[in-house]
Amino acid sequence: MWHNLAQLPRYRGLIQSLVARELKARYRGSVLGFFWSFVNPLLLLLIYSFVFKYVIPQRITGLDPYGLFLFCGLLPWTWFSTALNESSGVLISGGNLIKKVLFPAEVLPIVSVLANMVHFFLGLPILAAFLLYYAIRPEHDIQLHAAEMVWLPLVILIQLLLTTGLALLLSALTVHFRDVRDILSNLLTFWFFATPIIYSWRHIPDFNVFGLTLKDWINMNPFTHLAISYQEILFFPENAFGHKWWLLALGAASIVVFLAGYWVFDRLRDSFAEAV
Amino acid sequence: MSAEPRAGVEPAIELVNVTKIYRRYGGRQFTTLKSALLQRSILRDLRPSEVLPALTDLSFAVPKGSTFGVIGRNGSGKSTALKVVAGITKPTSGSVRVQGRVSALIELGAGFHPEISGRENIFINGIMLGLSKREIQRRFDDIVEFAELREFIDAPVKTYSSGMYMRLGFAVAIHVDPDVLLVDEVLAVGDEEFTHKCLDKFGEFKRRGKTVLLVTHSLGLVERFCDDAVWLDAGRKRAQGDPKRVVGAYITDVERQEEQQLAAGDAKAKHDAGEAAQPAPADARGPVDAGEAAADMSQAGEGRWGSGGVEIAEVALLNDQGQPTHVFHTGEPLTLRLRVRAHRPVTDFVFGVGIVNAEGVYVYGTNTDIEELESSALSGEAEAAFDIEALDLVEGTYKLDVAVHKRDGAPYDYHRLLYTFRVKSRLKDVGIYRPRHKWRFSGDVRFKPPR
Repeated sequence: MWHNLAQLPRYRGLIQSLVARELKARYRGSVLGFFWSFVNPLLLLLIYSFVFKYVIPQRITGLDPYGLFLFCGLLPWTWFSTALNESSGVLISGGNLIKKVLFPAEVLPIVSVLANMVHFFLGLPILAAFLLYYAIRPEHDIQLHAAEMVWLPLVILIQLLLTTGLALLLSALTVHFRDVRDILSNLLTFWFFATPIIYSWRHIPDFNVFGLTLKDWINMNPFTHLAISYQEILFFPENAFGHKWWLLALGAASIVVFLAGYWVFDRLRDSFAEAV
Repeated sequence: MSAEPRAGVEPAIELVNVTKIYRRYGGRQFTTLKSALLQRSILRDLRPSEVLPALTDLSFAVPKGSTFGVIGRNGSGKSTALKVVAGITKPTSGSVRVQGRVSALIELGAGFHPEISGRENIFINGIMLGLSKREIQRRFDDIVEFAELREFIDAPVKTYSSGMYMRLGFAVAIHVDPDVLLVDEVLAVGDEEFTHKCLDKFGEFKRRGKTVLLVTHSLGLVERFCDDAVWLDAGRKRAQGDPKRVVGAYITDVERQEEQQLAAGDAKAKHDAGEAAQPAPADARGPVDAGEAAADMSQAGEGRWGSGGVEIAEVALLNDQGQPTHVFHTGEPLTLRLRVRAHRPVTDFVFGVGIVNAEGVYVYGTNTDIEELESSALSGEAEAAFDIEALDLVEGTYKLDVAVHKRDGAPYDYHRLLYTFRVKSRLKDVGIYRPRHKWRFSGDVRFKPPR
């Protein structure tokens, strides 16, 4: 396993060109091309802003403007869920490569995670533009703190590590159990609502579920801490990044998830060419 | 035998006792996690209930710089052997050693993405095959030139014809400039001209001292190109060594198997037709009774009929050694031997023979009456032999009509298409009949000496 893992940097040229191919192929034949990567999150943000301002105004205070709050969690979640969905089927759809070409299979799930990360990055300027817009207008309590911003790359890195680990695990399992894909798409819906994205962690009511408080349950969800981190850094007005210990713990856990995912993948690697 | 590498030459590929077992999982193969969990059968199902050895204890070495052919029937393990050498699958036991950069032409254009241009696909495919961007840049023009796709190189690959697709795949793979090239039956793609270009490229490889492992059904290719060949049969090595000898042994074996199949087929046809002669169908006539009958005769299916007064008890096809066989070569002698039994003495009888090719065309038909042999007496057990001095037929499968009937056509025993034989030919000439011939030339006409 360590030997194969050490080989991974050697494939960066391959990964790079496959990610580029993925992005190019996605918009090949469309008139707007890459522009869609901006348009999609932009429209999403505009719709949410409109709906939650005029159609169903928020009663909870402290989440204003709600569209922006939602977007802070939704953008990373889209990266996470799309990457997992895509990578779960990637070994099967790339079966030709695995069967007919000597090809490092782990490249495939990594490419889908990275391609979706690029989409995430393309959404960030939209987010930044709205942040600036609201920061300038005094009626909203949006402040940008450089001290918090420096944490952002680490949050993204941890999400990358966690997503890649899960992607490796899921892609390898799907080869043997095709219904992982269906389980996953249902699980992701549930997972979305178990993560403080449409609601704030601060507003979770205190009641017991199976002996633990609801907050405790939601705390067990790794993506909770990523979402809270994004929200604290980008949205909430506090100066200091209060969630950093949770984030660092998640970072350590993500390393374990990545290694575990890679280990499973590596163990099953030899079966791919036959089972795909 | 050249199973051992030649002295002083390091093997580029070495397989030692390689066994590859594909596992098949029990009864209802589980493909769903749910069923595996519900029946608590993960462990049981993960244990293979049936193993399928694709390669058994296979060893061979390919010396550096040689071209090595792998032949064998479908399912004999050729492609598995190639995949094991390529490292795509791991052997269950045994070891594989390959020296130098390997490029495998197993499926051409396997990594192409249909939506992006040929140009971009060349780069990505090249990187997949282990080249750096700069190396591809350097070879780019050669690749496009070789694939003959200059004007289409910026079009998306999905718009390519399958021939263009294959050519591009081949061009990229061959320009990886491997030390060891593995080729799995990919020369069948493309037109004649492109095939020649590929063969030239292999020749160039050979001259530059590269190693080529060629899996193919084209035996001529093996004979012409390979220095060494191995014949795989059901995952085991049957023979290895000089390509001509190995190919010869393989062909002989194939013919033996065909012989068995034909013999079994004949026995079945005869059994189905019934051992005893049955009353004739209304339209049944002698084999070459009349020209106009031939057309609807070929419509009629196989069978056996007749009054049974004279019975054809046995039909045998004999080769020049007098051995019964079903496989002949063009130009060889063939003897058709009929054993007949006359249940009562008869004076009016005609022996007839007809040869029908696979398309149902009567290639030849004759009988003793046509050839002006006037019958006078036949009684008891007798034998009739029909000697063909030289079987001048083109390659193919033929069926026989044999019959004993009266001069007016009323059959005693008529066997319609119950006997099959196969004619093999080194030449792929065509037609229904092969006149004895030779070519002569005058003036300044020259040919290269035969290879």
